[in-house]
Amino acid sequence: MVHQQQVKPRRTAPLHLSQGVFASLLIAPAMIFIAVIVAWPLIETFRLSFTDARLGGETYVGLENYQDLADSRKFRQTISRTFYWMFLSVSLKLILGLIGATLLNAAVPGRGLFRVLIMPPWVIPIAIGMIGWLWLYNGAFGLLSGALQYIDVVDKSFEFLAYKRSAFYSAVVADVWVGTPMVSLFFLAAMQGVSRDLYEAAWVDGASRWYRFRRITIPQIMPVIVSMALLSAIWTFNSFEVIWILTEGGPRSASTTLIVDTYKTAIANFKFGEGAARAVIIVILLAIFSLIYLFFLNKVNKHYGVK
Amino acid sequence: MMDRYTKLQLVGIYASIVVFLIFILLPFFEMFMASLRPLEHLFRSPYQFWSDDFSFQAYRDMWKTVPLLGRYILNSVFISAMVTGLTMILVIPAAYAYARLDFPFKNASLALFLGVNMFTGAVLLIPLYRVLSSLGLLNSYWAMIVPGVAFLIPTGIWLLRSYLEKIPLELEEAAFMDGASRLYTLRRVVLPLAVPGLIVVGVAVFIGSYAQQFLFAITFNQTREYQPLPAGLFEFIGYQSVTWNEMMAAALTGVLPVMIIFLYLQKYLVAGLTAGAVKE
Repeated sequence: MVHQQQVKPRRTAPLHLSQGVFASLLIAPAMIFIAVIVAWPLIETFRLSFTDARLGGETYVGLENYQDLADSRKFRQTISRTFYWMFLSVSLKLILGLIGATLLNAAVPGRGLFRVLIMPPWVIPIAIGMIGWLWLYNGAFGLLSGALQYIDVVDKSFEFLAYKRSAFYSAVVADVWVGTPMVSLFFLAAMQGVSRDLYEAAWVDGASRWYRFRRITIPQIMPVIVSMALLSAIWTFNSFEVIWILTEGGPRSASTTLIVDTYKTAIANFKFGEGAARAVIIVILLAIFSLIYLFFLNKVNKHYGVK
Repeated sequence: MMDRYTKLQLVGIYASIVVFLIFILLPFFEMFMASLRPLEHLFRSPYQFWSDDFSFQAYRDMWKTVPLLGRYILNSVFISAMVTGLTMILVIPAAYAYARLDFPFKNASLALFLGVNMFTGAVLLIPLYRVLSSLGLLNSYWAMIVPGVAFLIPTGIWLLRSYLEKIPLELEEAAFMDGASRLYTLRRVVLPLAVPGLIVVGVAVFIGSYAQQFLFAITFNQTREYQPLPAGLFEFIGYQSVTWNEMMAAALTGVLPVMIIFLYLQKYLVAGLTAGAVKE
């Protein structure tokens, strides 16, 4: 009796559970979690952007925050700086990632060790990696400035983070450093998925290494390159800790991207409403960018025959 | 035959590997050098690459300067482990649904999930602070775990879904024909087959959480005992002096446990990614 009761429900009842209901039950926990922790704050941000919320309280101000941003030349500069930051850093990550993956994929002794040694920047907390870069970039006692003096490129110590241009590019290099290992790893995984037969056929036909790389490897892993580029672009656009720890957006805003500007306004200066307007603009810009990109991705996938 | 390199090519490959590794490892090398220098010699000018009085003293003193250091190191691992566990519990069923089942709004809801990737905590800090505050989660481990989970769910679903899609459908159909329930099939047929994929996603989530604890920690948690390592390290910046050498020593020591675990798991990671988590 008891035995039958235990077995029967499992055998019959769930079969009647329709796919739709079962799927909703499976998705619901994750969906609810996201709704409370991401979607609700997002709606709140949108609402706050129409107020002048500060520590004291908030009143509705309509589009004033957006009007201020539209009129601000500084803010327009921040937007173009952010896209420049993203474009530069992502391109370098993809190029270095491709080189890294190719080297990792080369059938030479010791590549297992190389694979291990390339990972640390990805594995450790970003904030800790940046402490290392902070020290490297220091003019008085950092290795880079010391090396430059040693080979007589500069005659006295050089503070990498003290000048507008060098601070910006220093932050780019550190951001590339954080992102490259993961990109390399994903490209490597994609490269190892390419069928060996293709290479062998080309090799028999006398195709050179470079030709095989260009005409087999690249087209075969193109979908991964393209989706990695989008993910990496979004992460780089939102990259906060790198800039915040190295320069706090300075000197004189030279390394302030949108995300840093938003944090500064909302958290450091307690202007919640103005910060929220910036956050909304980030979301809109990224959404537009992603849509354009996905359109492009579809075309690439079609071109390379991926579903 | 095809994989054989000429001598010149080998030299080129190894030279490139060395250059690449110098870039990757330079900050760690610099931190290590700084951790060995006595504090009064850190600021020696002009720059000296080699100090004649290198010592491991900082590795002993750091535990006294910041008494909670051991706790911070463990906190970091604990928070990431909790984030990973919770994320997996939420991601596995959802990823299965997207990989296998047909239901209304499938693509739309998946797009919503992936859309979360467009945000980082930094954009939503103020309202997130209010949400966590009204849930009574501020100044606790949860203050760092909960946002961590939320922002890692999309990546988890995305990675695991493509892995599950590669598992042959026939096995599930066979189990289903034998009268196994959907949940039973998921638990006993799909999950055991998906173990390599689960390891990949688990490691990726753990790393994602471990790498990004800093912002949530400094914003949502004021309780020192709960701080993770990246936030705790800033305690070396004291009122009178910054014991930089001890900070570097603590940073290197603090990431060591996770590095060792990762070194052990990394071969599964590459194998798992190759096997399916990335569409070729």
